[in-house]
Amino acid sequence: MLENKEHKVIGTRPIRHDGVDKVTGRALYGADFQAAGLLHGRVLRSPHAHARIISIDTSRAEALPGVKGIVTAKDIPDAGDKIADLGEGAVNLKYLCDNILASDKVLYKGHAVAAVAATNPHIAEEACTLIDVEYEVLPPVLEVRQAMEPDAPLLHEHIRTTSLGETAEEPSNVASHIQHKLGDPEKGFAAADIVVEREFITGTVHQGYIEPHNATAHYNADGQLTIWCSTQGAFTVREQVAEILQYPISKIKVVPMEIGGGFGGKISVYIKPVAALLAKKTGKPVKVLMNRSDVFEGTGPTPASFIRVKMGATKEGKITAAEAYLAFEAGAYPGSPVGPGAMCIFAPYNIEHVIIDGYDVVVNKPKTAPYRAPGAPNAAFGSETVVDEIAEKLGIDPLEIRLLNAAKEGDRRADGPVHPRIGCIETVEAAKAHPHYTAPNGKKHHGRGVASGYWFNIGLESSVTINVNSDGTINLIEGSTDIGGTRASIAMQAAEVLGISAESVNPSVVDTNSVGYTAVTGGSRTTYATGYAAYEAAQDVKRQMIARAAILWEVDEANVQFADGEFSSINGKEEQISFRDLCGRLGETGGPIVGSGTVNPGGAGGAYATHVVDVAVDEETGKVDILRYTAVQDAGKAIHPSYVEGQIQGGAVQGIGWALNEEYIYNDEGTMTNASFLDYRMPTCLDLPMIDAVIVEVPNPGHPYGVRGVGEVPIVPPMAAIANAIYDAIGIRMTELPMSPDRLLKAMGKI
Amino acid sequence: MARRSHVQTTINGETVEFLCEPRQSLLEVLRDELHLTGAKEGCNNGNCGACSVILDGRLVNSCLVLGVETEGKSVETIEGLAAPDKLHPIQDAFLENAALQCGICTPGFIMSAKALLEQNPNPTEHEVRYWLAGNLCRCTGYDKIVRAVLDAAAAE
Amino acid sequence: MRDFSYIAATTIPEAVALLGEKGESARILAGGTDLIVQVREARRDVDWMIDIKSIPEVNVLDYNAATGLVLGAAVECYKIYANDAICDAYPSLIDATKIIGGTAIQGRAGVGGNLCNASPAADGIPPLIVLNATCVIAGPNGERELPVEQFCTAPGQTALQKGEMLVSLKIPAPESNSSSYYLRFIPRNEMDIAVVGAGASVTLDAAKETIVSARIALAAVAPTPLFAEEASALLAGREVSDEAINAAAEAAQAIARPISDMRGTAEQRTHLVGVLTRRALNGAIQRVQEAT
Repeated sequence: MLENKEHKVIGTRPIRHDGVDKVTGRALYGADFQAAGLLHGRVLRSPHAHARIISIDTSRAEALPGVKGIVTAKDIPDAGDKIADLGEGAVNLKYLCDNILASDKVLYKGHAVAAVAATNPHIAEEACTLIDVEYEVLPPVLEVRQAMEPDAPLLHEHIRTTSLGETAEEPSNVASHIQHKLGDPEKGFAAADIVVEREFITGTVHQGYIEPHNATAHYNADGQLTIWCSTQGAFTVREQVAEILQYPISKIKVVPMEIGGGFGGKISVYIKPVAALLAKKTGKPVKVLMNRSDVFEGTGPTPASFIRVKMGATKEGKITAAEAYLAFEAGAYPGSPVGPGAMCIFAPYNIEHVIIDGYDVVVNKPKTAPYRAPGAPNAAFGSETVVDEIAEKLGIDPLEIRLLNAAKEGDRRADGPVHPRIGCIETVEAAKAHPHYTAPNGKKHHGRGVASGYWFNIGLESSVTINVNSDGTINLIEGSTDIGGTRASIAMQAAEVLGISAESVNPSVVDTNSVGYTAVTGGSRTTYATGYAAYEAAQDVKRQMIARAAILWEVDEANVQFADGEFSSINGKEEQISFRDLCGRLGETGGPIVGSGTVNPGGAGGAYATHVVDVAVDEETGKVDILRYTAVQDAGKAIHPSYVEGQIQGGAVQGIGWALNEEYIYNDEGTMTNASFLDYRMPTCLDLPMIDAVIVEVPNPGHPYGVRGVGEVPIVPPMAAIANAIYDAIGIRMTELPMSPDRLLKAMGKI
Repeated sequence: MARRSHVQTTINGETVEFLCEPRQSLLEVLRDELHLTGAKEGCNNGNCGACSVILDGRLVNSCLVLGVETEGKSVETIEGLAAPDKLHPIQDAFLENAALQCGICTPGFIMSAKALLEQNPNPTEHEVRYWLAGNLCRCTGYDKIVRAVLDAAAAE
Repeated sequence: MRDFSYIAATTIPEAVALLGEKGESARILAGGTDLIVQVREARRDVDWMIDIKSIPEVNVLDYNAATGLVLGAAVECYKIYANDAICDAYPSLIDATKIIGGTAIQGRAGVGGNLCNASPAADGIPPLIVLNATCVIAGPNGERELPVEQFCTAPGQTALQKGEMLVSLKIPAPESNSSSYYLRFIPRNEMDIAVVGAGASVTLDAAKETIVSARIALAAVAPTPLFAEEASALLAGREVSDEAINAAAEAAQAIARPISDMRGTAEQRTHLVGVLTRRALNGAIQRVQEAT
């Protein structure tokens, strides 16, 4: 499958196609949508973390001048017990609906309860304060281990733990228990010379995209519903809205506007169905925007977790057995990413004996949503810290022990799959050879740490069509919203096939009526799968163009070849025509050419990363500064290296934030006390050095150009790498995230 | 409700008149009344810089300025930066350095960088990082943004 | 955001009259970087915003080496640190103005507003305290003056009476062999509110070996920024030494009454008071000793 030849476009760094619009302020994001007669919607949110709704009285709000419509859960069709399949797995529809507007109970502070449409946003906001909701406040449970206790307050009376195929009889906050097992862990630990076991806690963190959620909806008189919004997947918005509103997908058009970051957090819908309900009620287009505290309190963060990791090794450093216990907070409804965490936790290693237990636990926090390699960063914080400790205790270089145990093609992951060709060893070797790793690191209170990470990446469906223009350019129509330069990386793959420049492709991301089904921009799949579809669509164009050349020259198609942007005839006539010139002759050879490609590829190649970080610890204040950072990653093939580097750098920095300061801080009542960018403390540019992104290319055999997804794995190693660096600096193992100054002061015994 | 006030101001060199309520921020006026949506709302409390504009030559968060306060003042927004046929050097540098991913923070960063280079044409990396600390970017890790600003400074 | 009215006052008497007339429902708008957010987030109920930025007296920025500094209440941070003479004379004030918010905030926010906002964590207030600033207040009965350490009375509350407004701050000219320093602890390097802030000013003898006098002030460890009077007094007449500085730091810790919140814990803050007081004093002393 791999095309092992020199590339003309792939691997170069053209200006992205949407670049000028985005540096001039012309690009239109969701909140930028304007329409005549637009109403503005605001959502009323629960002040309590756990309460029963006794009554909702909207009469005072309705009387406020300028208010045009109010909706509550009563306006959502009754979901019953329906299980909806939304492409990424089955979802209980009642949970989905209740998270949009709470029906009987509110399950977290910030849970949506009602929504108002008014003539301006200030009136809508004021109207929200006039809605009288009577609550019966219930005790909240805010931490995973407490939620697992038998006497913990129950969020859902009907949840029974499903465990390895069995369903328990008593209600519980533990929605499910999964287990993966390889070999005989007891035997493996018995063979170890050293066993290290540690417990870890990670805080709740948010994706932190800068653009708040937004949606504008309008119903036509014929029942056609249009939603303009920023989303990671227009088709998943269509599916979710259709399920929630019990409305046919054929009557819903979702128009994806530009999107201001997602990182997994803009897959689930929140206010899109609300905007639709308000639009239906008022007959006007309604724009609903979240503010920043709505985003923190009302949209999916990624879970806090409790993790126990035990690993054994021989004195030579061979890991003989590994055991993990992962308890993840799902938030208010089941569905934490404990599954992916369990898939990834020991994946950088070839270990014969492994047991992994994972628990999905509901707590009174917002329903969690994917966040960049969901589940894997939590898990790797545990496993990569324990590997570091084993290396240190055995006196083995931490990268050497990783090489000694590295996973390679043919090894089995604990959850079953056998690795195809992967680049685990190559990334560790590149890190080891990097001048950062070989540079001296001797200053007092300075430390160096390393960690590795894995993410499996996904394929899923993508569709691309290509319209050939008479001047030798093509218009490429795709359905993957572009969050980080994927118009370019997709266009470049089509350009490579057709022997034209990246600039000769005009990529457009279009609405759900205008392109074939395309799954979300997520799972590091877009450049891989939609790029693959673009490759197929370009191949389709190429085939049709060859047929046209054959008509032109009156030869058999088999006698036309295409190379380096030129069609030529072989076996007989000496004819030649460039792609561009042939494009100008489509009319006379049969009419326009439209190429199409659709894929649902199974060959997404897993990605590995190894990071090296130097830190300085202020022993008096507990503050950690990042002095130098190097992130090595296997991209398979970097289509546009600048944007691959950008993914690596951005992921690493989100990891740095997660490691050092980011967390949801709750009071006893379950209110997040730092729901602002001021106090949530994401890294600013003054908190960071340059991030050296090193791309390793071990081609993925499951893609014509060898592409592996690159977006997610860079967030996996940073937390453990920084913890290991802190240990190197001050000799203390930090086992709780974030490793904030107060926690360091406590660990050092200063307070 | 407080009456809407008539305000006359200069935006990107053009005299502009608008009506606004006192509670409408400059950001709301730009976006909702004048449809200049290049300035973005990321936090609405001065912590992300996505709404950065230049007011009488000084960088401000437009979410922390009332529309009525701009009477008789001069506002520069991202929409006014490029010439009809030529991008501003900072815009070019952002494109060449791939200094944007989702792009939502980009207008704010570019306006902030413009204000920096106007008063310090040759900043050090640290000076760039200090000046831009009020602009949050969640996609890039800032590396390429800082390089773009340094490149733009070198190019000017 | 709640509905309110906006008036741009052009003279002190006009602003004072409006404040008297509108009472509690009126609020002075200067830089607005705190006020607008507070009203937007319904943390302060305001029906009238009185913009004072067109009043000449609140825009004064006048430094005289003999008489000191007059700093108008609405002067933005960036104007303060753009003035080289002020940078030389009052380095702690510069330390603070460069870290209040980001550069865009500093384009609007001023030290006067920072003071009137009366946050316990205000970065602008400890420097004013250690620099012996005096508040010039206008009201229905004319002008009065108040030492800055008496201005804040509780979180968000000040000594301003009905109809009164802050016009300016007066800071005496620095004595010879003196300097000052302000720093705060935050988990990031910018854009955070102080977990703890500490300012110090010192005057040394001609040999720069003995402390003639010192003033220490703290932020974010009590309902208002604190003048650490006893800690300051301990240093007078002491030789510059770790011992003296440690003693002052311990005395400063003794008056801290911090709370635990999302920005830090009480024990962390108490610990940091010691660390930051030492660093502030050492910073100020070093500035004197390095001055030529």
